[in-house]
Amino acid sequence: MSRRQTVAVVVGLALYALLPPFLKNYGVYLMTLLCVYVMAAMGLNLVVGYAGQMSIGQAAFFGIGAYHVAILMKLGLPFLAVLPLAAGSCFVIGLLLGFPALRVQHHYLAFATLGFNVLVYLVLRNEQGWTGGTFGLAGIPRPTLFGVELDGNLAFFYFTLASTVVLALLLAWLLRSPWGRAFAALRDNPIRAESLGVNITAYTLLAFAIGAACAGVGGAYYAVLVQYIEPSAFNVPASLMMLLAVIVGGSGRFFGPLVGTVVVVLLPEWLRFAQNWYLMVFGFAVVALMVWLPGGVLSLADRWRRARR
Amino acid sequence: MSVFLEVKDVRKYYGAIRAVDGVSFALGPGEIVGVIGPNGSGKTTLFNSILGQIRPTSGAVEFAGEDITGMSPLELARRGIGRTFQTLQVFGKLSVRDNLIVAAQEFKGTMKSRLFAAPDAGLGEHADRMIELFRLQHVATLPAGTLSYGQQKLIDIAMAFMAGPRLVLLDEPCAGVNPSLVDQLRELLIELNRTQGGSFVVIEHNMDFVMRLCPQVICMVEGKVLAAGPPASVQGNRAVLEAYLGN
Amino acid sequence: MADFLQLVFSGAAIGAIYALAALGFTLLWQASGTINFAQGEFVMLPAFAMLFFLKVAGAPLWLAFLLACVVAMLILGYGFKVVVVDPLLKHGVIPLVIATLGLSIGLKSAVKAGYSAEAQPFPAIFPDGLLALGTIRVSYADVGTLLVAGLIVVGLQLFLNRTLTGRAMQAVAQNTESARVLGIDVKQMVLYTFLINAVLASVAALLVTPAYLAKFDMGDSIGLKAFYAAIIGGFNQTRGALLGGVLVGVLENLMGAYVSPAYKEGVALMLFLVVIIFKPEGLLGKAEERKV
Repeated sequence: MSRRQTVAVVVGLALYALLPPFLKNYGVYLMTLLCVYVMAAMGLNLVVGYAGQMSIGQAAFFGIGAYHVAILMKLGLPFLAVLPLAAGSCFVIGLLLGFPALRVQHHYLAFATLGFNVLVYLVLRNEQGWTGGTFGLAGIPRPTLFGVELDGNLAFFYFTLASTVVLALLLAWLLRSPWGRAFAALRDNPIRAESLGVNITAYTLLAFAIGAACAGVGGAYYAVLVQYIEPSAFNVPASLMMLLAVIVGGSGRFFGPLVGTVVVVLLPEWLRFAQNWYLMVFGFAVVALMVWLPGGVLSLADRWRRARR
Repeated sequence: MSVFLEVKDVRKYYGAIRAVDGVSFALGPGEIVGVIGPNGSGKTTLFNSILGQIRPTSGAVEFAGEDITGMSPLELARRGIGRTFQTLQVFGKLSVRDNLIVAAQEFKGTMKSRLFAAPDAGLGEHADRMIELFRLQHVATLPAGTLSYGQQKLIDIAMAFMAGPRLVLLDEPCAGVNPSLVDQLRELLIELNRTQGGSFVVIEHNMDFVMRLCPQVICMVEGKVLAAGPPASVQGNRAVLEAYLGN
Repeated sequence: MADFLQLVFSGAAIGAIYALAALGFTLLWQASGTINFAQGEFVMLPAFAMLFFLKVAGAPLWLAFLLACVVAMLILGYGFKVVVVDPLLKHGVIPLVIATLGLSIGLKSAVKAGYSAEAQPFPAIFPDGLLALGTIRVSYADVGTLLVAGLIVVGLQLFLNRTLTGRAMQAVAQNTESARVLGIDVKQMVLYTFLINAVLASVAALLVTPAYLAKFDMGDSIGLKAFYAAIIGGFNQTRGALLGGVLVGVLENLMGAYVSPAYKEGVALMLFLVVIIFKPEGLLGKAEERKV
């Protein structure tokens, strides 16, 4: 990253951190929600943008993380103990789901994840004893951090923001490691990568499982943010929104999911007047975006630079 | 002379079409053999049969005493068999330097050790030396996909040599490369053969290139070996001339 | 036992409809590398087009169907290819997948907001009543659906294998470059594929809507199962789509009746996972060689 970019990121982050005290509760909630979705979207970007795979089941992992927190915290476990469990479960489930799909044909993963999402939704809705069925689970407590209660919206916002930054740094480190280079290689040219000894199945599977774990972490924070969860928040449409966030922002760019999540989360807020027509406009806008700007919003900068040259 | 790579009566049939129809040859350590033949004579199919991209209908390929017939490209890579492709195959969005590093990093350490290794996997200097050898210094940090055809071809070839392979199969290294680069390429391959000691199998249409690089040449026509031996004898073979000049 | 056979039969009927959508899906993939996530909406839209011609224009059902086919060929065949697929294919699979996902959301939401969010009744195409086959009784609708779908699949296979155009289309599907060298008009053949897909979707709509009603989200489950059916049967086999579709339909019906109606929707996924673990090329598929 160049110095100018570093400065821009730090200033942006500082502004984001300084804004909430001047906002009403709903504003703080939205800004926290953005952080939560960014975690899941960054994980998905690893799968889609860096490893070149399609996953349409990110919300299922998001849901698995959320239900882990809801069920286990109500049993009295602390948040910081549940968090690694949620991430670990998603990682393992990701491996189990990805293995058969990736072994055959790489685009099969798209459909395997889509079907998996439907299945998870069915389980959440039908296994009432655990999940509360369609009524969901209410009264999820906010976490306590080393004796400090994070009940207040502001305190919880800063906790979530800090966690998002930590996750982002971890992912940045992963992408700079030899693994990150292998991910990019198998995305750019899997056949060539394999002939150079890159185990494309193993790397793809790992990218997918790590992406799933990120969604699990995001879901865990989501559960303690909204304090009430029910199955429909984790159905296929939510997965599509996360996927679109990654693509709209610019997949394979580190800050793509950030821009995309802002668009996808805030656009419905702004387009409320359009009501029923909103989703139609959104759907066709995505088609148009892909036709005219397949690299996403952030690729505009490249295009502009190229035009100036 | 010990035999290192042995291709035994390899055949590949597509229905009634005999793309490769019983090809055998052997290669010792450090040797270079050229494979020539008109378009459609089965050279690339033979290559793909050796390299695990397709499974031969019958026949066997042995490498260093081991039967490698039908092994996947990954298993072959791990045994020290490298290749280049007829069409451009670089990692377009990675920098030239990263292209070279990724070509060797999987041969160092384990999956886990690579996760915690330095970002350049300890291969930065080696990559820089290769970049220097291929005279790519001025473009080392640019994305490979933005470079000229000739430069990408050089990267593709440099990648195949990054991990110090014992055997390299080169599929038309000169195709689409301008004549001034062809000489450089031949010198590079001779240099790499001398320093790394690997064996090469080279498919090429550029006769001059093959004749000056390869001490042994095989001429394939319609899936069969028409002639084999030193370049001069193959070049002078009447059947070869007829196959090339047509009826 | 009679119950069981009846479940199998009605499952086969809905499965035959999955198969029609699966066939179109397979053809598109083979000819142009398009993975169409809006395939379900390609069935939903003709259903509403037929409703429109029936209600607003007062056309009889056969005419409404023909008109819907024409509209589908124009919009979902030609329009889809020219506006969405052609400009996007050069960017690789992912942008196209995203675009078809967007298309799916857009089409669904357009019908929901512009027509109705409620399920719309649709006239029956087969007479009411039951047919006794030995000890079991099956509805005329199920028999008719199976017959029509079966005829279409057989007809399509004859077309692909026996006619010059059909063979040219298969050549394009197997190897575009070789087909071009042989002088086949590749663009024309790919366009035919898109048109055939639109017609198959329209027929599926005609068969499925009387029993399952016309609703904006009716395509969700059909689209997903079409894909699973195609993989289960064998992606490179026309017959495979039929087998896969029928298998999914029958097993869903049995699962719903004997195990748990709540998990009926999960059957296709489970079957898909089992098949790709044990026979990745599909039940009737031939193993393909890697393309370099």
